[in-house]
Amino acid sequence: MADTQSAIRAVWNLESARLIAGLTRMVRDVGLAEELAQDALVAALEHWPTAGVPDNPAAWLMTTAKHRAINLLNRTKLLERKHEELGRELAARQAMTAPDLDALDDAVGDDLLRLVFIACHPVLSPEARVALTLRLLGGLTTEEIARAFLVSEPTIAQRIVRAKRTLADERVAFEVPRKDQLAARVASVLGVIYLIFNEGYAATAGDDLIRPALCEDALRLGRILAELLPQEPEVHGLIAVMELHASRLAARLGPSGELVLLLDQNRARWDQLLIRRGLAALARAEQLGGAGGPYALQAAISACHARARAPEDTDWAQIAALYHQLGQLQPSPVIELNRAVAVAMASGPAAGLALVDALADEPALAGYHLLPSARADLLARLGRFDEARDEFERAARLTRNTRERELLLERAAACATGTWPPR
Amino acid sequence: MRFLMTYTADDPSPPSPEKAAAIGKFSEEMAKSGALLDTGGILPSSKGARISLARGKFAITDGPFPETKELIVGYAIVQTRSKEEAIEIARRFMTVAGDGQGEIRQLMGPADGPHHGP
Repeated sequence: MADTQSAIRAVWNLESARLIAGLTRMVRDVGLAEELAQDALVAALEHWPTAGVPDNPAAWLMTTAKHRAINLLNRTKLLERKHEELGRELAARQAMTAPDLDALDDAVGDDLLRLVFIACHPVLSPEARVALTLRLLGGLTTEEIARAFLVSEPTIAQRIVRAKRTLADERVAFEVPRKDQLAARVASVLGVIYLIFNEGYAATAGDDLIRPALCEDALRLGRILAELLPQEPEVHGLIAVMELHASRLAARLGPSGELVLLLDQNRARWDQLLIRRGLAALARAEQLGGAGGPYALQAAISACHARARAPEDTDWAQIAALYHQLGQLQPSPVIELNRAVAVAMASGPAAGLALVDALADEPALAGYHLLPSARADLLARLGRFDEARDEFERAARLTRNTRERELLLERAAACATGTWPPR
Repeated sequence: MRFLMTYTADDPSPPSPEKAAAIGKFSEEMAKSGALLDTGGILPSSKGARISLARGKFAITDGPFPETKELIVGYAIVQTRSKEEAIEIARRFMTVAGDGQGEIRQLMGPADGPHHGP
């Protein structure tokens, strides 16, 4: 028999975002909405162990929270109109029949979308957006968020408090952005979700190379967003990127926890369910006319790998072309570096090295370990082993990730064998 | 975490239009929650077969199989943060689908190795 506490937590995971969203619409303050939702959770923890989990837990939580909202509004004497609104809503909800609940579901969907846009509002710093999104929409506790990003719990708690205060001070409206601002605001939301995903996919610091639970959180947020904004091609593009990258998570680590590069991965361990979902999301993005968007292009690149049964089947020319397109859209030395690697695979290491050497003095790549790492690989393939070893060692010094450093130092040592790739 | 959910219905007859619609709506809700990865109905056993291997010899039996009440009629693969969340999803599904047996089994994932973090 499942522990009731865990069952309540499970209900919270499923319902908290919509609960907070609905409450935010009523009280027009995200911080207050979250408090009311938490109060309802406390009430559930008090009543459900003895009374049992109700048939409609979401409705129970919402009703409880609304009662508290009315009490609070009475005590703090907020606008009379607000009180009447709430009273009317509560009475209406109690009198509701099944078809009305369908309409309410649509309203809830809209509220959830508004909550997404508020949590990712440009007035907040990127870290604040991430923390607030994981908290309000992902249902993560402060401790879980802190652990995910390797900062202290008080730091995250403060970040969330300040974020809510900023939203209140700036009087940020609880609304879906206007058409002329929608693209930019959607991009902001996608950026937050992608940041969360990448932290799970290639952790920037610490001993663990991947944190699959974070990837799952990001994927789930992305899928929710796709249901809320089904006509936005870049939303489907981002999901495609995430599903395709996540499909390789199991293959990314070897038996001793060591990093395995994409071309060395056991493709039998690639998750075909996620690949299928990723390719479907990419197709949806393309059907909506979004094939040229940045996330769609990244997904298309990832799809080239996903479709190759073996590394030698990879369409490197297509990958190089897609990186070229991506680079035109979002000029970036990192993208140019990736293009160089693809060109090397398609046309030989010398062609790739010429492009990599052109990036040697790029200030943006100064501390970027993948630049010397890529250069080292190309040099090794050209038989220039002493230079390759130096570059691998330089790359190892630059990375903050323990497991990546191990791999790079192994490659540096392997340069002594005089054969490439090392066996 | 990923779970495979299977369901056998006590009532072996095909669902009424209302029930089928309610099940469809439930699947939509699950998709909106971001937790649903895959789902499908499973056709009657008349379309299936059983293969057994004993002491090197294969035996193949075409459906239908007699114990229709115990046969799985549907599956879903969900992504949740805990087993309890999967149980809650199964509970909601069966509230719509009716009396029967549900089972959830956790699937292996990239997190199921000794060297992975939280």
